[in-house]
Amino acid sequence: MTAPLVEVTDLAITFPAGEGARPEDAVRAVDKLSFTLAPGRALGIVGESGSGKSTVAAALLDLHRGTGARVGGTVRVDGLDVLAAPEAELRRLRGGTAAMIFQDPLSSLDPYYAIGDQIAEVHRVHRPDASWRTARARAVEALDRVGIADAARRARSRPHEFSGGMRQRALIAMALACEPRLMIADEPTTALDVTVQAQILDLLHELRAETAMGLVLVTHDLGVVAGSVDEVLVMRAGRAVEHGPVGEVLSAPAAPYTKELLAAVPRVDAVRERPAIPAPRKAVRPAPSAAPAPGEPLVEATGLRREFGRRAARTTAVEEVSLTVRAGETLGLVGESGSGKTTLGRMLVRLLDPTAGTLRYRGREIGSLGERQLRPLRSELQMVFQDPASSLNPRRTIGESVADPLRAAGELDDAAIVRRARELLERVGLDPAWYHRYPHEFSGGQRQRVGIARALAPSPRLLVCDEPVSALDVTTQAQVMELLGELRRELGLSLVFIAHDLAVVRAVSDRVAVMRAGRIVEEGPVDTVYDHPQHPYTQGLLAAVPVLDPQVAADRRALRAVA
Amino acid sequence: MTGYALRRLGGALIVLFLLSVLVYLLFYVAPGDPARLACGPRCNAEQIRQVQDQLGLNEPLLTQYLHFLQGVVSGRDYSTGTGVLHCHAPCFGLSYQNDQPVTELLSARLPVTASLALGAMVLWLLLGVGTGLLSALRRGGTTERVLTVLTLTGTATPVFITGLLLLMIFCAYLQWLPFPTYVPLTEDPEQWAWNLLLPWTALALLESAKYARLTRSATLETLAEDHIRTFRAYGVRERTVIGRHALRGALPPVIALNAVDLGAMFGGAMLTETLFGLPGIGQLLVHSVRSVDLPVVVGAVLAIGAAVVLAGAVADVLYALADRRVTLT
Repeated sequence: MTAPLVEVTDLAITFPAGEGARPEDAVRAVDKLSFTLAPGRALGIVGESGSGKSTVAAALLDLHRGTGARVGGTVRVDGLDVLAAPEAELRRLRGGTAAMIFQDPLSSLDPYYAIGDQIAEVHRVHRPDASWRTARARAVEALDRVGIADAARRARSRPHEFSGGMRQRALIAMALACEPRLMIADEPTTALDVTVQAQILDLLHELRAETAMGLVLVTHDLGVVAGSVDEVLVMRAGRAVEHGPVGEVLSAPAAPYTKELLAAVPRVDAVRERPAIPAPRKAVRPAPSAAPAPGEPLVEATGLRREFGRRAARTTAVEEVSLTVRAGETLGLVGESGSGKTTLGRMLVRLLDPTAGTLRYRGREIGSLGERQLRPLRSELQMVFQDPASSLNPRRTIGESVADPLRAAGELDDAAIVRRARELLERVGLDPAWYHRYPHEFSGGQRQRVGIARALAPSPRLLVCDEPVSALDVTTQAQVMELLGELRRELGLSLVFIAHDLAVVRAVSDRVAVMRAGRIVEEGPVDTVYDHPQHPYTQGLLAAVPVLDPQVAADRRALRAVA
Repeated sequence: MTGYALRRLGGALIVLFLLSVLVYLLFYVAPGDPARLACGPRCNAEQIRQVQDQLGLNEPLLTQYLHFLQGVVSGRDYSTGTGVLHCHAPCFGLSYQNDQPVTELLSARLPVTASLALGAMVLWLLLGVGTGLLSALRRGGTTERVLTVLTLTGTATPVFITGLLLLMIFCAYLQWLPFPTYVPLTEDPEQWAWNLLLPWTALALLESAKYARLTRSATLETLAEDHIRTFRAYGVRERTVIGRHALRGALPPVIALNAVDLGAMFGGAMLTETLFGLPGIGQLLVHSVRSVDLPVVVGAVLAIGAAVVLAGAVADVLYALADRRVTLT
């Protein structure tokens, strides 16, 4: 048996509490973790945010050195005792033996230098005898290898001139520059669209087959792991809860936590049981005008168009979009980044003015109404935003944030406002006693609940949710989606649910519209579109979604390679 | 880029025009009679009236201003009592005090101010950026503390005190340096530098703390960014990470602030100029304000204004060159 490439024994990592805090506030991010990786094999480390998975990845290169974190246990990579290695040897390991790629490819490259030069710089660190000229040539070679077209020219581009997928390719090229034996990928595809994600994962797979390097893939997405690794390590709160071959862990999980995690993953191929839309049971407060009958068209857009910029810089974000949202239904809006779904969503609630086209709300043209005439309708059209951390004012308590739209709607009685805000907090599953707490005291899922409570405050009829769960872990995601479904049934709301995650959209929507480059390319009942997609773009999107079955994932990869 | 330059130029002209109007108005309401001052203490009422006529001070304000504008665009003739003096365009008028064209006065003093400002800039950048970088990397080190105290003291102390101290120490007691007099660079570069060393130091001490703070915070900010982690994770030496990547990220704001400060030096160094006896634009402005020499004041203010506006445009262009993600529109 050959020596393992990576050998981690009893790894424990503690982050000290901030200055002035008590020592017992120190956070133990990783505890008693052990695993090995044989040369050329691939290990997936999976867990929700805060589980310590990225901390482990960083420890493989001892990136914690000098940060104040206390690291215990031993880490051996290619025979080197990483935690005890002198500075010079550690530098040889970093990038030379083991190379790391990061989650956010935009911020992981220096914005001020050409991409080729950055790769060349790293190459020269490990091959000091190489001249700048050979290092640059090597960089171009590496860029070419990872599929950057016209690599010699693009090597002179700066990172902002690359798309997200190309930047991640460039980072992989940097990793390849010194032919490492191990690649550590920390959430390498989390910031990318599903089709680009599939390309990057395919590229990693290909490179691994070609160079026989080992891979440690850190991700929160079980689907990403399925097709890319041999073994999976599931982490929770700094400990390993399960470790085994990928097929076993995903199909027959032993640990209850793994089961929970798998159950929470929305399936793109799962048909959802849909109860018929019942009449609203009890409204938290009766809406000011008569409720529309279920099925009646609530919002109708015709030929909607939106442009940004002037003259030469003009871009069309949404073009010729026509759609209808009926009372009580959920319309899913899917598409990759830049497809115009957010712009369209914002136009539907008139946060953005349409450049052309008509927008009708309950039969009345509102696309061209001025702010003053729009005001009485504002409370009926509400929005829930993607990032609950930045869409809540950090200097206002959550109760005040929820009360704001009530004040804006003209409610004057302070006691009534507070009472109603507390009611709303309770309705979305928060303790009304938290009225006076600030957003930073809450988790992502709780903050999104606050965001939903705020949107519900003025008793809307239409709620546009823009990527409401994409910043959340799968288990939290499932809870928030459940809450939205409940609210819709109880309050007779209509939802427009915007997301890039096809599985999430399937789980909540009645009908779905697929957007690409500002246009809707396909629209229909959700099961029809998902099971029998007509448009080649929809077919491509669905084929790129990572699946949980490693065998199916391998088959799909083979199909993509042929295509 | 051309469109941007044209727009900036148009904006600059508007600013300078408004500035000239403002200065004219200020002088009209300000006390003090330029004719009496120009004529001298022993003039009688009759003579003063003559001087007033000659200087055109009896005309309505608007006419005076229009004459001024005409002079700027196409030149203008002046009667000196004995003959006619033609002042070529762009003519900002003649000094009430000695009938010299304002443009001549300004162009004689521009090299002095430019020498002072540019030299001081080199020093304050070295001192400020150096201190800032040191304090970002070695918080609490002795060198860093000494430099921080030095730059902060320099900023907190009025320049006429720093300057006097420098003069006392280096010129009077130690006698290492001459009492500054301006020697043109073209005449004797060595003497030029020796004579300007003290004024440069005084100004640099005044400005450097700002740069130290800016460099420090920008460097710390860059060091916390993800791409620094990338290069560390690829085994790049800490020295290189800092010199090549962290400092590079900290430069754009320093460059932008520096260009603005340099522009401000053209008018703002009057205390330093006066203290060290350097015949610069600031000093000229002080003298002409005291003697209510309107044409010289207007000319000097416009020259300073032009320097500030130009510096602002240069700052924008340099910023865009330093950070290619910025586009000028």
